[in-house]
Amino acid sequence: MARLKRLRKILNPPSMKGFKPYGQESDTEEKEPVTLLYEEYEALRLCDYDNCNHAEASAIMNVSRPTFTRIYASLRQKLANAFVECRPIVVEGGKIYFDSDWHYCMKCHCNFNNPDKDRSIESCPLCGNQTFETHNSELETAFVMSGNCAEICVCPVCGEKVSREPGTACNQLVCSSCGAPLNRRAGYRRGSFKNQ
Amino acid sequence: MKVAITSTGDSFDSMLDSRFGRCSYFVVYDTESKSSEFIPNPNKNASEGAGPASVQLLAEKNVEKIVSGEFGMKIKSLLDSLRIQMIIIKEPKSVRDVTALLNH
Repeated sequence: MARLKRLRKILNPPSMKGFKPYGQESDTEEKEPVTLLYEEYEALRLCDYDNCNHAEASAIMNVSRPTFTRIYASLRQKLANAFVECRPIVVEGGKIYFDSDWHYCMKCHCNFNNPDKDRSIESCPLCGNQTFETHNSELETAFVMSGNCAEICVCPVCGEKVSREPGTACNQLVCSSCGAPLNRRAGYRRGSFKNQ
Repeated sequence: MKVAITSTGDSFDSMLDSRFGRCSYFVVYDTESKSSEFIPNPNKNASEGAGPASVQLLAEKNVEKIVSGEFGMKIKSLLDSLRIQMIIIKEPKSVRDVTALLNH
């Protein structure tokens, strides 16, 4: 089995969901959108907006430099496709986690965030203990984004969708309501883009 | 202050539900009056949008913190704008354990 993808860290998620072309030459019906992954948006932002080089950007996203270059190459191809073929762009999905203000309590082993940015946290909201540390590695699995690359299995009989644990195959799971073996979601890895 | 806890059942001995949007019950616990309310989750079997609907339900109850095992991605930005704190517990704990911790 192929090695699992490393989670990519996203510092600033996009403030929109996508883009649409306007003023096309021919009035055809809307074309199928190009799906940009969050990690690709982040690669574009780091590389071309923040002017980082690939090595710096890869360190920020917590992936290797070659992987970053592959993400960036995939982004360039998708953007070029969208522009040339007048297709809308949708930003969704990706194997990512978000970097934000998270803390971990040493006493009750809970993770919590700070909803009020103006005030700093003094004690654990759960047990009141004052020893906690700020980090986010524990949360990597808690915020895996779902989208076109989501690890989702579909029941062929009733259509129920079940998310699967990375590393398990869909056909080894059965549907909870009708007991049929599950299929991998149709459309997964659709199109000519290979997801890194 | 009101705290919402996701629960697998309708008693204090039930375990914390590791999912947020599709948990079985919400326990709304008031840390001042020590009162609690068990609310069956109407979005338990929703195919989509269970998380935001659950957030709305809890926001109407004026909770300030939510304790659960995991939160989906749609929820984080919603809760941030509502200034509701998320607390994630990965270990199996019963609702009674969580309320005991809240009464530190």
